[in-house]
Amino acid sequence: MNWNDFSAVVPVLMVTLAACTTMIAEAFRKQRDVAAGRWFGVYGIIGLVGAIAASLSQWNQSLVGFGVISVDNFSVFFNITLCAIGILTIILSVGNADRDHLPLGEYYTLMLFSIVGMMLMASTTDLLIIFIALEIMSLGVYVMTALKRSSAEGAEGAFKYFVLGAFSSAFFLYGIALAYAVTGTTRLDEIGLRVASSALDPGILTILAMVLLLVGFAFKVGAVPFHMWTPDAYQGAPTLVTGFMSTGVKVAAMAAFLRVFLSTFEPLRVDWLPIITVMAALTMILGTVVGVAQTNVKRMLAYSSIAHAGYLLIGLAAGGAAGKAAILFYLVAYSVTNLGAFGVIAALSTPDRQHDNIGDFAGMWKERPGLSALLTMFLLSLGGFPLTVGFIGKWFIFSAAMQEGMYSLAILGVLTSVVSVFFYLRIVVMMYMSDETAPEQRPAVSPLTVTGLLIALVGVIYLGILPGGLLSIAADSVASIF
Amino acid sequence: MALTLLVLLPVVGGLLVLLLGRDRDRLVRQVALGISLITFVASLFVWFGFDAAQADFQFVERYTWLPDFGISYHVGLDGITLWLVVLTTFLTPIALLCSWESVDQRVREFSFFMLLLEGAMIGVFISLDLFLFYLFWDAMLIPMYFLIGIWGYEQRIYATVKFMLYTMAGSVLMLLAIIWIAYYHQTVTGVISFDLLDLYALQIPASLQTWLFLAFTLAFAIKVPLFPFHTWLPDAHVQAPTAGSVILAGVMLKMGTYGLLRFSFPLFPEAAMQFAPYLAVLAVIGIVYGALVAMVQPDMKKLVAYSSVSHLGFVVLGICAMNVIGVQGAVFQMLAHGVSTGGLFLIVGMLSERRHTKLIAEYGGLKAVMPKLVGMFLLITLASIALPGMNGFVGEFFIFVGSFAEYPGLTAVAVSGVILSAVYMLWMFQRVNYGPLTNPKNKGLRDLSPREWVVIAPIVAMCIGMGVAPRIFLTPMEPAVRQLVEHVRGVTPVNAAAVPAEDLETAGPLDVVQGSAR
Repeated sequence: MNWNDFSAVVPVLMVTLAACTTMIAEAFRKQRDVAAGRWFGVYGIIGLVGAIAASLSQWNQSLVGFGVISVDNFSVFFNITLCAIGILTIILSVGNADRDHLPLGEYYTLMLFSIVGMMLMASTTDLLIIFIALEIMSLGVYVMTALKRSSAEGAEGAFKYFVLGAFSSAFFLYGIALAYAVTGTTRLDEIGLRVASSALDPGILTILAMVLLLVGFAFKVGAVPFHMWTPDAYQGAPTLVTGFMSTGVKVAAMAAFLRVFLSTFEPLRVDWLPIITVMAALTMILGTVVGVAQTNVKRMLAYSSIAHAGYLLIGLAAGGAAGKAAILFYLVAYSVTNLGAFGVIAALSTPDRQHDNIGDFAGMWKERPGLSALLTMFLLSLGGFPLTVGFIGKWFIFSAAMQEGMYSLAILGVLTSVVSVFFYLRIVVMMYMSDETAPEQRPAVSPLTVTGLLIALVGVIYLGILPGGLLSIAADSVASIF
Repeated sequence: MALTLLVLLPVVGGLLVLLLGRDRDRLVRQVALGISLITFVASLFVWFGFDAAQADFQFVERYTWLPDFGISYHVGLDGITLWLVVLTTFLTPIALLCSWESVDQRVREFSFFMLLLEGAMIGVFISLDLFLFYLFWDAMLIPMYFLIGIWGYEQRIYATVKFMLYTMAGSVLMLLAIIWIAYYHQTVTGVISFDLLDLYALQIPASLQTWLFLAFTLAFAIKVPLFPFHTWLPDAHVQAPTAGSVILAGVMLKMGTYGLLRFSFPLFPEAAMQFAPYLAVLAVIGIVYGALVAMVQPDMKKLVAYSSVSHLGFVVLGICAMNVIGVQGAVFQMLAHGVSTGGLFLIVGMLSERRHTKLIAEYGGLKAVMPKLVGMFLLITLASIALPGMNGFVGEFFIFVGSFAEYPGLTAVAVSGVILSAVYMLWMFQRVNYGPLTNPKNKGLRDLSPREWVVIAPIVAMCIGMGVAPRIFLTPMEPAVRQLVEHVRGVTPVNAAAVPAEDLETAGPLDVVQGSAR
C-alpha cells in the first residue's frame, strides 16, 4: 500500500467523507432544526465538487488503487457524471426535501453513500468489488425509496425493489461464484484471458456464469424481463429519489455492464449478442407500449426509463467504438433530461400530495408558465426532438446500430420512439391544450429549484446544439479501456 | 450570412416576442408582424442578389459542426428553393395579420410559435446537409403541433396528435436511411459525409436504392400528402386555426414535394425512375379521389383541404414526369397552390370569424351583403381552378405538357381533375355566395375591413401576377431544374424511344410557349 493507491481513490474518499459529515451532523442536529438540515446539502455539494475536481486531475493518469480500482478515463468519465448527477439532485432537493418532510440527515447521507457505491461500481476491475459496490449503492436506494414513512406506496415500492433486488443480487453473486469456479479468480482481466483462451468452446459453466451476471446487470438497468420493480419503485419513491435512482443507478450499472461485457466477456460475443438483442427489442417495445397506458406521470416516466434502457442496450449490442461512445453520451443525455423532468414534478408536489397524476397537469401553463415550458423541453428531449440532447443521443445510438448493420434493432428503435412521443405529448397536451383545470393549488417553487432546473435546461440545449465536445470526451474514455 | 439571417431573424424575433410582457397583445402583434415583414424584405434581397443564370447553389455557407461524423452546417439556395423561401416569408406576415383579431388568447405564445415555424421551414428549404435537414424537418413539427393544439377548434387535440404521430412515423425511417447513406459514403470514399452534394455524387447500387428511396419517399408522401397517406390532412386542416391552415397548406405540404425533388429523386435516380410510374398512379388517384371527396364535403374548410390533396397530386405527377417542363410546372404549381389555397383558407377564416361556422349550408346569397369579399373570393377561386391568366393555369398546363410525354394515359385521367376542381369549387362558391339570402344570420355581415384588405390583396395580386407574368418565376428556376433533370436522367434521357419526349426533356416551358406562339 502506498500513496498511489490512495490518490486513485481520492474522489471516492471525498464523497465518503461528505457522507460521514452529514451523518455526524445529523446526530448533533436538533429535531426540527431545518436550517441545519439544509447545510447537509452544502456538505454534499462540497464533497461532490471536490470529487469532480480530483477526478479531473486523474484524466489520462491511469492510476490503479489497491489492485482493484482502476482509474482509467472510463472511470473518470463515470465518476464525474455520477457526481454531477448528485450535485444536480442536491440542488433540486435543498428547496424541496425539507418541504416534503423527509428526514434530511438520512436523505443526504444515503444519497452520498449510494454515489460512493456507484463510483466504485464504475471504476472497479474485480467482480467481488462490483458486487460490494452494487450492494452499497442498492441498500442506500432501497431505503431512500421508503424514506417517506407515511406513504404506503413508498413502502410497497421499496419492498418490491428490495426483494427483487436481493433476488437479482443472488443471481449476480452466483454468477461470480461460477466464474470463480471456472477461472479461479474474480479479477476481470484474468477472467477475460481465460474466457478468451476458451472462447471457441467456452463450456456450460462459463456461459452460465455470464448469463447470471447478465441477469444482475439487466435488473439494475431495468431491462425486460427484469424490469418489474421499476414502475412501483419509481412511483412510490419521493419524486427526487426517483429522479436520482432513475439516473444514477442506471449510469453506474451500465458502466459495470459495459466493462464486464464489452471487455471481459467480449470473446463470448456470439453467445451473449442474441440475448442482448432480444432483450433490447423487448425492453423498447414493453417500455413504450405499456407507457402509453399509464395515467400516473411518474409511472409513465418509469416505463419511459425502461424504453431508454432498451436504447442503451442497442448501443451495447452494436458494440464498436461508436456504440460505446454513443452509450456514454446517451447516459449523460438521459440523466440530465430525466433529472430535469423529475425535478419539475418534485417542485410541484406538496407534502400531502404528489403532483403526479396526468390530470394534475391540466392547464398548468396559466399558473406556471415557466415550469410548463421547462417540462415541455425535457419531455421533448426524452422524445428525441431536435435541438435537444435527446435527439443527438438517439442519433448516435441509431448511427452505431446502422454502422454495425443492426437494421432491425434500429428500425424498432425509431418506431418505438414515435410511440413514446405519444405519451410524452400527453403531458404537454394536458399542460397547454386541455380545457380541464387542476384539482388543487400548486405550491410555490424555491429559487434554488429553479436554478437546478435551468442548469438541466442549459445542459439539454447546449448538448443538443454542440454535442461535439462531450462526444469526443466519451470517445476518449472508451478508448482507454476497450 | 444572408441565409442564416433568414433563419435567425424569425427565431430570435420569436424569442424576443416571448420577452415582451403579458397583456401587451397589441405590441406583441406589431413586433411579430414587423419581424416577419423584415424577414420578407430580407428574402426579397436574396432574390435580387440571386443569379438566375446559375444552376448551382448560391449564397452557400458551410461550417464544420461535427467533423467526426461528417456533419456540417451547410446551407444554400438554388432556383427551386429561392421561390419556396420567398413563399414562406410571403405567407407568414399574412398569416400573422389574419390572426390579428381571431387569435385573442395567448397572443405572445402564438406569435412565438408562428415565427419559430417560419424559421424552421426556411431551414428545411435551405439545408444542404442531411443531418441539418432532418433537424429542421423534425423541429418544424413542434410549433405546428402547438398552433393546432392550442388555437384550433373543438377536435384540435385529436387532430394535432394525429398530425404529429403520422408525420413522425413517416420520417423516422428516413432518419435511418440518411444515416445509412452517410455510412455508405464512408465505405465507398473512406470519409463519412452527410453533405448533400457529396451524396449526389455517390453511385449507389440499384438494388440498395430501392429501400432507401422508399424510406425517403414514405416521409415525403405523408407530408404531401399522397393518396393513401392523406388521412391526417383533413383533420389537421379543419381543426387548425386559420393561420395554421394557411401555413400548413401554403408551405408545409410543399415540403413533401420539395423533398421528392431535392432528395428522393436525385439521390436515388435509378430507383426513382423505376418507381416514378407507380408514384404517378398514386398521384392521379389522389387527384381524382381528392376532387370527388371534396365535392361532397358540407364543410368549406374540409373541402379546401381535400382540394389540396387533389392539387398536390398534380405536383407529384409533374415531378414523376421528370422532364424540364414537367418539373418546372410542378414547382410553379407548388407556389401557385401555396398562394391560392392560402387565400381560400383566409377567406374561409374570414367567413367563420363572422358567422362561427364553416358549413356551406349555413351560407347563401353573401354576394348581396359582402360584395367586396365575395369578389376576392371569386378571384381566388378562379385561380384555384386554373383559369387561364391566373396562376393555377400556368403550373397545371406545364405539368400536363410534361407528363403527357411520359404518361399519356394517366395524364388524360388527371386532366379530368381540372374539370372536377371547377365543379366542386364553383359549386361551393355558388352555394355560399349566390342565390337568395335565406339565413337571417347572414344579414348585415360586414364587408372586408381595411386590415382584411391588406391580408387578401397581396394574395389576389399574386394570383393574377403569377398568371400574367410567369416568366419572372420560371426563368430563375430553369437552370436548377434542368440540372436536376439531367442528373436524375443520367444526362442521356432514359426514355429515348419516345421522340417527342426527348425534345421536351430539354425544352423549357418558355420555349414551348414561344413555339406555340410562333
